[in-house]
This record gives sequence, C-alpha cells and structure tokens, in this order.
Amino acid sequence: MVLSLSVKEVRRALSARGSLLLVRSVEGIKYGEVVEVVLPNGDSRVGQVIDVGKDVSIIQVFGGVSEINVDSIRVRFKGETLKIPVSLDMFGRIFDGLGNPIDNGPRIIPEDWLDVNGAPLNPAMREPPSEFIETGVSAIDALFSIVRGQKLPIFSGAGLPHNRIAAQIVRQATVRGKEERFAVVFAAIGVTYEEAYFFIESLKKAKNVENVISFINTASSPVIERIAVPRVALTTAEFLAWKHDVHVLVIMSDMTNYAEALRELSAAREEVPGRRGYPGYMYTDLATIYERAGKVAGKKGSVTQMPILTMPDDDITHPIPDLTGYITEGQIVLSRDMFRKGIYPPVDVLLSLSRLMKDGIGPGKTREDHYQVFMQMIAAYTEGQYLRELSAIIGAESLSERDRKYLNFADLFERKFVNQGENERRDIETTLDLGWEVLSVLPEEELKLISIENIQKYHPKYRSSVGISVAADAQTS
Amino acid sequence: MLVRGKILRISGPLIVAEGMEGSMVYEVVLVGEERLIGEVIGLQGDRAFIQVYEDTSGLRVGEPVEGTGGLLSAELGPGLVGRVYDGLQRPLSVIGELYGAFVGRGVKLPALSRDAKWFFVRSGVKAGDKIEGGSILGYVQETPILLHKIMVPPGISGVLKELAPDGDYTIEETIAVIDVGGGRREEVRLASKWPIRKPRPYKTRLEPVEPLITGTRVLDMMFPIARGGKAAVPGGFGSGKTVLMHTLTKWSRTQVNIFVGCGERGNEMADALHSFRKLTDPASGRPLSEKAIFIANTSNMPVAARETSVFLGVTIGEYFRDMGYDVLMVADSTSRWAEAMREISARLEEMPGDEGFPAYLGSRLAEFYERSGRVVTLGNPERVGSLTILGAVSPPGADFSEPVTTNTLRYIGALLALDVSLANRRHFPAINWLLSYSRYVETVARWWERDFKNWLKLRYEALRILQRESELMELVRLVGPEALPDPDKLLLDVAKMIREDFLQQSAYHPIDAYSSPEKTVLMLDIIIKFYEEASRTLSEGVPLAKIREAPVISRIARMKEVRNEEFRKVYEDIVKNIDDYFRKLRAGGSGGS
Ligand SMILES: Nc1ncnc2c1ncn2[C@@H]1O[C@H](COP(=O)(O)OP(=O)(O)OP(=O)(O)O)[C@@H](O)[C@H]1O
Ligand SMILES: [Mg+2]
Repeated sequence: MVLSLSVKEVRRALSARGSLLLVRSVEGIKYGEVVEVVLPNGDSRVGQVIDVGKDVSIIQVFGGVSEINVDSIRVRFKGETLKIPVSLDMFGRIFDGLGNPIDNGPRIIPEDWLDVNGAPLNPAMREPPSEFIETGVSAIDALFSIVRGQKLPIFSGAGLPHNRIAAQIVRQATVRGKEERFAVVFAAIGVTYEEAYFFIESLKKAKNVENVISFINTASSPVIERIAVPRVALTTAEFLAWKHDVHVLVIMSDMTNYAEALRELSAAREEVPGRRGYPGYMYTDLATIYERAGKVAGKKGSVTQMPILTMPDDDITHPIPDLTGYITEGQIVLSRDMFRKGIYPPVDVLLSLSRLMKDGIGPGKTREDHYQVFMQMIAAYTEGQYLRELSAIIGAESLSERDRKYLNFADLFERKFVNQGENERRDIETTLDLGWEVLSVLPEEELKLISIENIQKYHPKYRSSVGISVAADAQTS
Repeated sequence: MLVRGKILRISGPLIVAEGMEGSMVYEVVLVGEERLIGEVIGLQGDRAFIQVYEDTSGLRVGEPVEGTGGLLSAELGPGLVGRVYDGLQRPLSVIGELYGAFVGRGVKLPALSRDAKWFFVRSGVKAGDKIEGGSILGYVQETPILLHKIMVPPGISGVLKELAPDGDYTIEETIAVIDVGGGRREEVRLASKWPIRKPRPYKTRLEPVEPLITGTRVLDMMFPIARGGKAAVPGGFGSGKTVLMHTLTKWSRTQVNIFVGCGERGNEMADALHSFRKLTDPASGRPLSEKAIFIANTSNMPVAARETSVFLGVTIGEYFRDMGYDVLMVADSTSRWAEAMREISARLEEMPGDEGFPAYLGSRLAEFYERSGRVVTLGNPERVGSLTILGAVSPPGADFSEPVTTNTLRYIGALLALDVSLANRRHFPAINWLLSYSRYVETVARWWERDFKNWLKLRYEALRILQRESELMELVRLVGPEALPDPDKLLLDVAKMIREDFLQQSAYHPIDAYSSPEKTVLMLDIIIKFYEEASRTLSEGVPLAKIREAPVISRIARMKEVRNEEFRKVYEDIVKNIDDYFRKLRAGGSGGS
C-alpha cells in the first residue's frame, strides 16, 4: 500500500474492549472513515470510526481486538468510508466478509471502488416490482409469488431445510419470455463451513446460473466482520444491477447471526438495550440492508433479496424475525409441523405472505384465475385447519359431511399441492391446474371467492381431461 | 448576527457544537462544510446539541456550524399537490431528475418551483378593504379538482393597499400589499412559510360531527372516524396497516389527502405514487394524484428526518384545512418516528423511560394528534375546514402493551386494532371487531340517520351478533357445533355472513374496493333482515336445514361484486327473495320449499 502524506496516524490506543478501540483524537478525523490498525508483526485489521470527539474517538475493528496490545499498535486513518473494489471478474469467485479473495485466485482488478453503505434509493425513482419470477415451486408460485426487485426472506428454524429450498429456487427460477443476465450473490454470515460450501457447490451445478459471487464469513470468522458481509455483498449486487444491467438475486444466510453480532457490538458500546438486548436501532440498521433491493426507473437490472434467518426457538415474535417482517415485503415461513409430516417444502402457508404478489400475477402475467384460486385455497385451508383442531377435540364423526370435505381438502392440499420433489419443476399452469384439482373436492358452491366465469372455465368438472387423478385419490384417502 | 460555532463531537445523527451562544432551541443550523441541515434540540452553556437530518459520515471535529435564525418551516403555496417530498420538503422527483436514482447529501432545492406560473384570479376583495390573516385574496386552479385559495398569512392584518390583477404569477411575485399600520407594509405572495412544529391558528374549534366517508365498510358502519377526528391503526407486521391507509387516502371523501411514509418501505411509496396516478377519484373521475401529496422518508433515509416528515405533513394539512377543506393525513408509521426519538434521546444520554423511549414520548405524540380538528378558520369569508389524522403504530411482536401503542391510545378518538391472526386467515381489513372502538359513533349517527334511519340499530345488532359468536365459539371448541341449539347455530351462520360477506373487503377488487354509504348500509340491512326472518321461521318450527338451503344465501355471498349504482335495485330484489322464501317456508310448515 502506498502511504500518502495526508494519512493521519495515531501511535497507540487508550484502551481496547470487545471490538472497540478508544484512541486520542487527532485533528481532522472524519465520522465514519476507515482506519487500518497495524499490529507489531505487520498484520493489519480494518476498522471504522463510529464516534468522534474533540479528545477521544471510538473505532470499531472488523477483525476484533483480540491479540491487540494497545501500546504497540498504530492506527492509520484513511480519510474515506469503507469501500470495496468491484469488477465483472468477480464472477465465480469467493471472498471473505470484507471482499478479499479467499479462493487462491488472482487479485481483482477493480473497475470501481464503491462505498459499502451505498446511498438510499430515491423512492420517487423506484419502479414498482411487477415481473413474476417462476420458481417452479407450487406453494411459492401460487400462494406467495415472488417478483423481481422484491425482498422476501425465509423464516426458518434450526434443522429445517431452508438451504435446500433456496438452492432449488436458484436452480429453477426463470422469468417467462426473457433471456437476460442472471447472477447470484451469496453472503454466508456466521454459518458453518460445510453449509457455506454446500450452497456454493449446489449453485455451481445449476445450469441457469453461470454467475455466482460468494462472500463468506463462517462461524469461526471474526464476529464483527458479520456487520460488513451483507453490505459488501449488496454493494457488489448493486454494481452488477445498476451498472451492468444484471438481474441479481442476493441470498444472505443467516441474518440471525448478523443480528447477534449487532447485539454484541451494541453491548460493547454500553448502549441502552432494547427488546431482549438488541439495540433500539436494529430496525433502522436492518432496513439499511433490506431496502437495498428493487427496480429503478431507467435501469435494466434489478436486485432481489432472499435473506434467510433462523427464528430462535421457532418464535416468530422474536425481535429478529419480527423486525425483519416489518421491513421485508412478506416472508416465507417454514413449519416444523409440516417438516415432521414429511412435506417438502415445509412451508407454513398461513403465515407466509408475499406483499408484492398482486402486481406480478393475473392475466398476461400468470393466469386470470390466479388471484382467486390463491384466495380460495387459503380460505379453504384455513377452514380445514380449524376443523382439524375441532375434530381432534370432538372427533371426526361429529363433523358434518361438508366439514369432512374440508378436512379432506386440507390433507390433499398439503400432500399433493404443497408437497413436491426437490428437483421437480412445475410451471405456473401446472400449479394452478393442480390447485383446481385439489379445490374440486369441495362442493362447487363453497368456492365463493372464485367468479362463476372462472369456475366454468377452469373447474375440472367443466374441463374434460384433467381432474381424474386427484379426485380418484380423494376416494381412497 | 447569526451564530457560528464549531463541531465538538459527532455521534451518528447527533452532533455537539461549541461556540453556539445566542442560538435557540429548534433553530435550523447548517452543519459542516457541506452545510447539512440540522436542528438545535438542546442548549447547555455555549454548547448546542444538534440533530442532523442528513447522513453525517465524513464530518470532522472543528468544522463550522452556522445558525440561520429561522425555524424549520414548510413552504406553502400552489405546486404542492401531486408532489413527493422528503422529510425536509425537498422535491424527490426533481432530485431524481437532477441527481439520479440515489439521494445524495447537502442537496438544497426549494419545495415549490420558482419558475412555474400560476393563473391568479382575484376573490373580489378590493384595495381599501380591511383584511386579516386567513382572508382570501384570490384563487389558483392548482389541479382540475383542487382550487388553491390564496390567503393572507396568519398574523398579518390591516388595510389592503394593492392587489395584483388576474394573471400569471410565480410564487415569488408580490400579489398584494397590506398596510399593517404604523407605516409598515407587508407583501403577500402566492406562497408563504410556516414553522412545522407550530400549529396554525384558527378561530374556533368545532365538535367533529360529520363522518369521514371512507368507502371501507368496517369503518363507515362499525368504527366511524369523524372529519377532524384522530385515529390510530396498530397492528403487527403484515396485518394490513399500509394497505388500509392507502385505501383511505384513495377513496375517502376529502378535498386533499396527505400520505406520510415515515421510516417505511421504498417500494410502498413507489406503489402509491404509481397507483394514485392510475386510479381515479370516484367523485370527480380525475386521477387521485390531483388531490394527494406524498411525504416519503423511507426506513433507509436519515432517521432524524422521520420527525420532520410527520410535522411537515400536519402543517401542509392545516394549510389546506384553513382554505375550508376537509383534509385527511395518514402517517405510516408513527412507531418509526418514536424509534428515531429514542435513538436521539439515547445519544443525548437522557434518562430512558419505558423500553428506552424518552419520557416525553407521550407529549410529543399528543402534539401531533392534537393538530387534528374541525375548525372555523381565520379570515373572510367564514369557512369550516377539517384535518383528520390517522397514525399507524407498529408494535414489536404485535404486542399492544408497548409504550408507543399505549401512549397513542391516550390521545385518539378511534382505535382500529389490526389482528395478525385475522390477516393470516386473509380476513381483510383485519380490524378486530372486539378490540376496536370509536368515540364518534353517537355524534356521526345524526348524519347517517338523515338518510338511513336504522344505521345505529344495524350497527348495534351486527356487533351484538359478533360478540355472541365469540362467546359461542368458546363453547364450540369444547363440545363441537352440533351440540348447540338451533337458534345458536343460526346465529353462527349469520355471524359468518357478517364477517365474510360484509366486513371482508378486498382493497384490490375493482368494484368492492370502494363501497358507497348506500351500498354499505343496505348490505348489512340485507343480512340483518335475513337473520330476523330466519329466526322467526326457525321459532315457528321449520328445521334449520331448510333455512340453510335458502338460495338467497349464495346471492348474499356475492353481493359485494354489485356496483354501487346498481345496488339499490339488487337490494330490493334480494329482500323480496328473503321475504318470499321464508314466507313460503312458514306457510308450508316443515315441508315447505
Ligand atoms: N384490504 C385488503 N385487501 C386485500 N389484501 C390486503 C388488505 N389489507 C392487507 N392485505 C394484504 O396484507 C398484506 C400486508 O398488508 P400491509 O403491507 O398493509 O401490512 P402492514 O400492517 O402495513 O405491515 P408492516 O407493518 O410490515 O408495514 C398486503 O400486502 C396484502 O397482501
Ligand atoms: Mg406497512
């Protein structure tokens, strides 16, 4: 590195604690600027100024402050905020959480240096996302459809197959009628080494994804670096989307580890803790990550986000899923119940939601009956779930004929509609037709949410060829 | 002399500056070489505590801080409508055109165009007339559906010396000169300024007695909001706060709507901007954007400006109220503003209250909601205007016992409690009918009962059925529905009808999204009629199974899809159906069909 004369330097720190260093202020330190902490053995760590006072300033060190002897270090102030080099050569490469290559490949020749914090997208310049992404997974496509530019997290639990689902979505996702550049940026945040590499390997096998860029902070990497990983990944994604017209899908796993790192940092700063010890500004902090998704007027690319998080104790009201849900445009919630029943993907249909679905479906996009079929399936499944609980108490025999049909519907819906193979790709027509078949076990007059025209057009009863398989199955169950 | 100090400390959005003696609390200051906009929020000796409304990265100790002598103010005049502003009233579309897709720092752009010409028409006041704050000097047709009244700013009164002739003017040109006495003259232009934290004055406050017609049945019929009233919409994530607020700003019968997106999603703002341009106002047939103003300070924009976005919205609302209009302002979400307060308060090292929120959380919320109201405005001619305020609240974990929700409940007149479990069942709007309330029911009933004599009775009857349903459901969970006596089973059927065929209303259905007052009342009337007839028939010994076979039930299930204009006809037909069917059943005893 070239030492320019303008670089300011402090010879020692006043104290070190957690991931923070306190140093004497020198003139001209900038709030938010990057520092390099140089150890006696020549190693260096990156840090950032998070509080500037006249006498003392505070630095957050991304490598952590272990092995730091406050008397023998030097702190160099770089005069600018944290920037990473970006280039199209990054495709296929693997980096650490700060953007340094860790795959023994050559250095990246930067096309640009970008601030990892990005800048807020002007809401008036956003274009409402409306391009339907067909994932080939029935539950997702029919019930919580994803559109380009959306941020839709997976709320998982320990041991649930969120990685397999995410990998399947990546392998199968297409936008109908479009042959455009599609890339995946993967940020591993505090996950195990095996998990990270499983994901990278399965992405490499996907035919439609020539372009994967990975940023990896494993469970054994410095905790504080987790604060940087999602930002570094998103900066790369934005570079591809806004500069090179690429449609980028960003997968970040596991955001729970990110939030834990944030809590640790906040505790080190002795801040007043909010709910369950997480800092009061966690909503805003997460928003500065999740809001970096979208479509922009006049630009061809897009950034779609699929963060993955594990709900501590499967609790959706825990601050991490709760604040995430308040920011993202819906959520795919995995259910331990469905998992135990052996259903893949084990989604909780009633808790899952895509808020941008309405703009991505319907005539010309998916099919005219899509919205109504979706609403009807949800309504019928809700009724079925309620009756299941009821029949567990009072016995199925005390239910009416109609109620038993709903129970049957709920079973079929889970086993035939939601359940599918990990390598099975169903296009949206197949998915909706399957939805109709499952719905057709209910009396026609129960389909109140579907218009009469759509019933006459799509109901298996009025169409000759389909509707046999499931109906036959219904008899036997 | 304006104050000039120096930065002493920078901590996120809060900076401390020294050498600031002479500045005042809430004075606007320009921070650093980039002259970022900030506001003094505390003074201690020569030190000022300043919250900065832009990203503070890159600021250094020692950089200058300049006072401006002024308070944070809104610019009010023709050109507001259809715009989208940030929390500092910078026009975001103009910024987009000039600077691209991302919002930079230190951008200084006026809220209203300096070049646009507006055609000013005099109101009839003449030179020599005595004139006072609020008096109308003339008009500008701002959009085809909004007549912008040019008023004498509050606080100015005297004799009108000159009034410009009808013609095109920019907002900077003088259109009137007023002799305020003592040899002093005040010039009036098309636009004026008003400090956002200070309520605009009015003559008298009136009781809110007119309902705000929203077109959303559960509001208009069950939990009405009065014009000039204030209501809160708390609910967990995904329970439908934003959709409800969008719906209300789309269809409510008002002259001006203001949507404040405070610490929420960028895509939602984009969606609102696009859909308001496409959808048309039911009354005028014109695009909704011709009567709407947007303020967007999304969650990734500087937190301190969440507070200014809320007060900016209210100030613009009061300005249009003063013209004699009915204005609706919604703030989505007040919780994000409260969180910003908490963050600044923590950095000031103030004593934290409940869950870290500052002790003044309640009084700050009160300052906001208290600016709603129905008033007789200042000036001539005499007019009545109203500002209705609706605030979304986002309680962590959907737990309504948290500080922002509980503090808000102290100041509002109607609570629309959104329920995540209803939303999960896709019962929308997910307004919980057992938890919600409105203090305006009795007062707005007079308005409703002019046209619909049984409004209050229908409402009462429907709520009674729903209340009874919830009691019966507890029983059903123990013994199953079949164990209930027939009248209770019938009640459960009707409760379901009220829930599904009346209360549920999709914001996205092209016809059902807006339900006219007539359609709303008649729909419920049909269901209650059905219940009365069915109960009577049941009590005369006709089996429930026969009642459940009534073909009219499926017509009731689809009555939402009937257009507002056609509803009365359909109503009469359905009522006849009900009468005929049950009369026949009763006549034929248990064998009737
Ligand atoms: N009236 C309605 N009609 C149809 N769908 C609705 C209605 N209200 C809400 N929804 C559905 O619920 C979803 C969530 O609603 P919304 O975004 O308003 O929630 P919210 O309470 O604002 O959540 P958050 O606090 O996270 O912002 C919508 O995307 C839509 O799918
Ligand atoms: Mg919302």
